[in-house]
Amino acid sequence: MPKEVTDVICPFCGTLCDDLCITVSDDNKTILGVKNACAIGSEKFNHQRLPGRVKRPRMRQADGTYKEVSYDEAVDWTAKMLVKSRKTLMYGWASTSCQAMSIGHEIAEKVGGIVDNCATVCHGSSLIAIEDVGVPSCTLGEIKNRADRVIFWGCNPAHAHPRHMSRYSIFPRGFFTVKGHKGRKIYCVDCRYTDTAKCADEFIQIQQGYDYELLNAFRTAARGGDLPDAVGGVPKEKIYEIVDDLKTARFGIIFFGMGLTHTMGRNHNIDIAICLTRDMNDFTKFSIMAMRGHWNVTGSGQVLGWQYGFPYAVDLSRRDQARHQTGETTSVDLLNRNEVEACFYIATDPGAHFPVDAMVSSARKPTVCIDPHINCTTEISDLHIPVAMVGVETGGCAYRMDNVPIETRKVVEPPEGMLTDEELLTKINKRVDELLVKGGA
Amino acid sequence: MAEKKITLNIITCRTIQQGVGMEAGKTSQKYFDACTIIQLHPDDFKRLGAWKNTNVRVTSSAGSVILKAVETREDLVPGLAHIPMGPWANRLVPAYTYSTGEPCFKGFPADIEVAANERIMGAIEVLQDACGLIRK
Amino acid sequence: MSEYIIKNGHVFDPVQGIKGDKKDIAVKDGKIVDKVGSSAKVIDAKGKTIMAGALDIHAHVAGPKVNAGRWYRPEDKHFDSHKVPGITRIEGGKSIPTVFKTGYAYARMGFTFAMEAAMPPLYARHVHEEIHDTPIIDEGALPVFGNNWFVMEYLKNQEIENSAAYVAWILRQTKGYGIKVVNPGGTEAWAWGLNCLSIHDNVPYFDITPAEIITGLMKTNEYLGLPHSMHIHQNNLGNPGNYTVTLDTLRLAEGVKANNNFGRDQIMHSTHLQFHSYKGTNWGDFESGAKEVMDYVNKQKNITVDTGNVTLDETTTMTADGPFEHHLHGLNHLKWFNVDVELETAAGVVPYIYDPNIRVCATQWAIGLELALYAKDPMRCFITTDHPNAGPFTRYPRVYAWLMSKKYRDERLNTFKHADKVISATNLSGMDREISLYELAQMTRAGPAKALGLSKDYGGLKVGMNADIAIYNIDPDNFPSAGAEIEKAFGNVAYLFKDGKICVENGKVVDMGNKHTFWVDAKVKENKQVMHDIREKFLKYYSVNENNYPVPESYAPHQHIINVDAA
Repeated sequence: MPKEVTDVICPFCGTLCDDLCITVSDDNKTILGVKNACAIGSEKFNHQRLPGRVKRPRMRQADGTYKEVSYDEAVDWTAKMLVKSRKTLMYGWASTSCQAMSIGHEIAEKVGGIVDNCATVCHGSSLIAIEDVGVPSCTLGEIKNRADRVIFWGCNPAHAHPRHMSRYSIFPRGFFTVKGHKGRKIYCVDCRYTDTAKCADEFIQIQQGYDYELLNAFRTAARGGDLPDAVGGVPKEKIYEIVDDLKTARFGIIFFGMGLTHTMGRNHNIDIAICLTRDMNDFTKFSIMAMRGHWNVTGSGQVLGWQYGFPYAVDLSRRDQARHQTGETTSVDLLNRNEVEACFYIATDPGAHFPVDAMVSSARKPTVCIDPHINCTTEISDLHIPVAMVGVETGGCAYRMDNVPIETRKVVEPPEGMLTDEELLTKINKRVDELLVKGGA
Repeated sequence: MAEKKITLNIITCRTIQQGVGMEAGKTSQKYFDACTIIQLHPDDFKRLGAWKNTNVRVTSSAGSVILKAVETREDLVPGLAHIPMGPWANRLVPAYTYSTGEPCFKGFPADIEVAANERIMGAIEVLQDACGLIRK
Repeated sequence: MSEYIIKNGHVFDPVQGIKGDKKDIAVKDGKIVDKVGSSAKVIDAKGKTIMAGALDIHAHVAGPKVNAGRWYRPEDKHFDSHKVPGITRIEGGKSIPTVFKTGYAYARMGFTFAMEAAMPPLYARHVHEEIHDTPIIDEGALPVFGNNWFVMEYLKNQEIENSAAYVAWILRQTKGYGIKVVNPGGTEAWAWGLNCLSIHDNVPYFDITPAEIITGLMKTNEYLGLPHSMHIHQNNLGNPGNYTVTLDTLRLAEGVKANNNFGRDQIMHSTHLQFHSYKGTNWGDFESGAKEVMDYVNKQKNITVDTGNVTLDETTTMTADGPFEHHLHGLNHLKWFNVDVELETAAGVVPYIYDPNIRVCATQWAIGLELALYAKDPMRCFITTDHPNAGPFTRYPRVYAWLMSKKYRDERLNTFKHADKVISATNLSGMDREISLYELAQMTRAGPAKALGLSKDYGGLKVGMNADIAIYNIDPDNFPSAGAEIEKAFGNVAYLFKDGKICVENGKVVDMGNKHTFWVDAKVKENKQVMHDIREKFLKYYSVNENNYPVPESYAPHQHIINVDAA
């Protein structure tokens, strides 16, 4: 008899929905159905049982083909690579568990690695801004229960966090928000009329790349200052009107995404959005929240934070001190300037998501890629080590976009003999110890 | 009067189809269909003198890639084009980070010209080609 | 397990009333025993001071706001942030140490236990992940209840039994130690940008006052018979004139009796009292209220307090008193972090520089010391810095030195830029008392252990107690005259025994020992009303499912569970 596993946490995006219901075959090996997940989450769980799943490590041969090797061989090759390299980029982490990250950091400290996570190409700008000006924020339940003004600025949850609007930000009826979306006014600021904008009460079309200027104008308006006729394509009358409306809110929230982090200005865009939020607290209650993309990039930041004191781009290569300096210890920059000797990727696919110049640099170095599936990176790496899917075939702690930790569940068994990230990293750690005692690779 | 080559401001970002395709697998048809497109405003189609769903060559300071030009689903403005994130988009993204760690994923110029008979590469191929790793 | 015999040391043990006598201490199988065999390893403690391992009753060392502080202060890693040769991991952070540094730094100072002062229940898994990664020392965490929707609704209707059932449920879900109350009612008001500055202000919508919350939670605590008492951070922290709110709050303890099987006498623990002992009406006429507050505390025997000493450092303030942090940011304009936590609490973080050249900071420093020096019963007044709010815990040796040497603190007091103004606003210059080693043992070991309900096994050196022992390079017969020497001795133990294992030797970590997570499992009668309320609130108002709320066992692999039967 198939059985239902409830309260399952979806390991896709920072929304970290925890109400999924997965139907599993009675031998615990196959997922038969997914309820409550969005299209992307459903696809992830369904992908578990598709044929063609890689079950053992694959090593690139001289002629470009890949040959299967054992886990022990893969562990040995990886450990030798790490011990030999003076400075290894250890990037990814955003789709594995906190428990696995902890073991990875032990390895990094021993071999002198640079531990960086996907924030480096995502909300890194936000983290820099937070390092400069702090951030007034809240948990997602506060939005559900209290928020009556919601602004989506430079983000598109309809595509990137599909259930966000129904679970937290637009539609839910909460304790002080019994009218649901009818009691909320939703604004959407974007350079395109996105599907999220279609759910908003008011769409503000901004000229692409002018977010800093428009946020600056909002701040000026909030302080009663003068504005030019239009800023970023938005007329000043509209700016004053919106700010006046926001001041009448009981609880306002700004959600923002890559429209601020990726565009010209980077961290300055978020810096000023945070300052606007802080200014608004002089008039009413206002918060701001980054729409974290991956289901556990926040977790990687948390573990790096409590172990080394920084949220990402942590350089442990000097072995005596943890260093963090964006532009110097961030992955894309390290690859651009050829400053690492080896690449260790886990739970990520920079081949698909890093700019090509960085990956051309990466492809020239000994590279290991740890991922349940074949992806762009595995096909330019020397070694691909498959592991169990976290949140599906093994559990582990994850942190939601509002930093709330939730323990993901094991729903089905991984393929026969496949290791989890934790098991693999433990083996690599042990092998590294053996090699270091012997005096190197 | 159609121009042979137009310059547009490019943004690259997630779409739900790209997300679904990614989870289906990087080598899947769903992923290919979701990511190998560049969305243009109708005015820009006119300027280019191209039909919808024509292959085009897109060239930025970082590189060049063939994509299928489609009409936008989420309204753009003339001069702004959208490519879903992925290895095709990243053939074009300038890697410079302004010391922030973040490359120029959104807001960089690229030239578009019609390339109706040129083939779009596969996901692995487009990356391996850039890295000089195509198996002979 | 190893056997040790610690010979010839000067023992300071308030549990047995030993005030520096030379006494041998025998250790076997993790406990202090009567005697050991001839094969026991001999530790020569000649000319050294021996005390039980210290307990920090209130520090912010593990959790979401602590980590937010680490994230947003990369500059905090500019100092004292490097790997020490040996078996330790990379250490980092001056005011907000990383978890590795936290464990090592406490151990090097002779501490074996730290209580994480405020755990938001929704974030409990995070607190436990950090506790798990903090080496050597035992830890517990106090969940916060003073702004909790369930608690406010039950206490408004004076349903103590329901409040107790809910508290017991939370302690189990979060592996929590006791009842923490922070800015009662005011932090819920802060979710609308408001606050409660006196104990009779009404909480918006919930229509309950801080006084009712405090009284109700004290009753709840005694109904359950928990090892620790209600632990409170009063309203109106940090504002001139707030000592009246403090006295109002402390008076709520009158007539309430402690009920527990753990040897605890107090029913209220008032924390970081320095921040709550301010007289005056504004920063201009700001002055010390320490005498008024301690006169009351000295009389009211069912209260314990900890000092919250200012150490005159650049540090980071962090507290569940969200509105206070916003207010502080308005004063010093340094970066402000805030998080409101649904149904439960909030937190704020703001860096702060206690500049000795600033009259107000110097006065705060004096107030903290006065509180300890006015204390008539050192078993009821403990030394803390509300780490990191008034200063990093790594400054405890300096605070001890100021308290134990009038010369050292006068040197500091008389060289302030505005010394004359500070002296006239405080009483410190006229206080001659110097805390003795025995009193220090009361204020940092026996006292906190008793207040936490741990006095049976911790905080003392009696046979049968846990072998958590600190040996300092201080010869009581030749007590250092220079403050700097006192500091150095308390900052680097000669030996630290934890559970009978030597974890630190000559200030260097040599063994990670066995850390435990302490929590309290209070069993109550089945309460269908409370379970129904919990189910309903999770369905309607929380953003996580009820089944995903508890802390899984794997997060605390070594649990020290204290069972309480309150059925």
